[in-house]
Amino acid sequence: MTGAWRKFFVWGLGIVSAAALAAAPALWIALEKDGLHDPANPGIKLLQQPAEALAPLPRDTAGNLVRWVQALDSGAINPRTNILPGTPVRVLDQDIIVSKFGSMPAVKFPHRQHTLWLDCSNCHNGLFKDKIGANKFSMVAILNGEQCGLCHGAVAFPLTECNRCHSVPNASLRRPRAAP
Amino acid sequence: MKALACGLALLLVPLALQAEYGDVVLNRRSDASGVRPVVFPHWFHRIRFRCKVCHQELGFKMRAGANDVQMADILDGKFCGMCHNNTVAWGPDRCDLCHSALPRTPPGIVGGAQTSGPGRW
Repeated sequence: MTGAWRKFFVWGLGIVSAAALAAAPALWIALEKDGLHDPANPGIKLLQQPAEALAPLPRDTAGNLVRWVQALDSGAINPRTNILPGTPVRVLDQDIIVSKFGSMPAVKFPHRQHTLWLDCSNCHNGLFKDKIGANKFSMVAILNGEQCGLCHGAVAFPLTECNRCHSVPNASLRRPRAAP
Repeated sequence: MKALACGLALLLVPLALQAEYGDVVLNRRSDASGVRPVVFPHWFHRIRFRCKVCHQELGFKMRAGANDVQMADILDGKFCGMCHNNTVAWGPDRCDLCHSALPRTPPGIVGGAQTSGPGRW
């Protein structure tokens, strides 16, 4: 291959790969193309695009494609905890294991990850009683947007991610003593 | 032929609306009042505020559709108006920035359980 041809080949390859990259589907849809925002709205140009805000954050495979708790823990974001100066900011570091010995691995509910975002009163005592064993969970209710499904499947990671909640092998838990 | 048309329609449905996960449309009165419906993007807000700020301090109920948000309340500094007051965030005079959805978009949470999520198969 002559020098001129090699140069042509290298440049050609470069242009083709650049075009392929540009044509790669975007992870986040631009607001004016999402079928929700009105592209004719003059204000749309001033709104932040999801790709601009979300691309620098830890990547997920579902929902907003952001690992939101990891984004908090890594310091990638530091959202405000309160607007009013007198509001107590309550974080509880306590894990609860529920749904033991079913057909699925048991569920570990971590209070820390939830209270980093939410206040106790968001769940207690309306959605859930604040007493271990007092709540009866139903996957049907959850899939219908009740209980955990009020947020998971709407704003928090979706219900397709079974193993993120069902994460504790039953074999690792102590079985209740058999009745005599 | 009919089956082909149905198949094509099914293919087109998810393409029509690809809003970001957790986007909420408020349209109890917008269309009737001659303004675009409101898009509330959860992703944008949770980068800046934790859930508890709006869902505890500001008093927004967690169920989409459970909050009767009126413009008069916002102007009085309630709901969105607690921040959207030209101090924390843009003020209520910037209509277009919130009233930004396509006219006649039904209210509810989009991009979440009602669409691609498994809660509404």
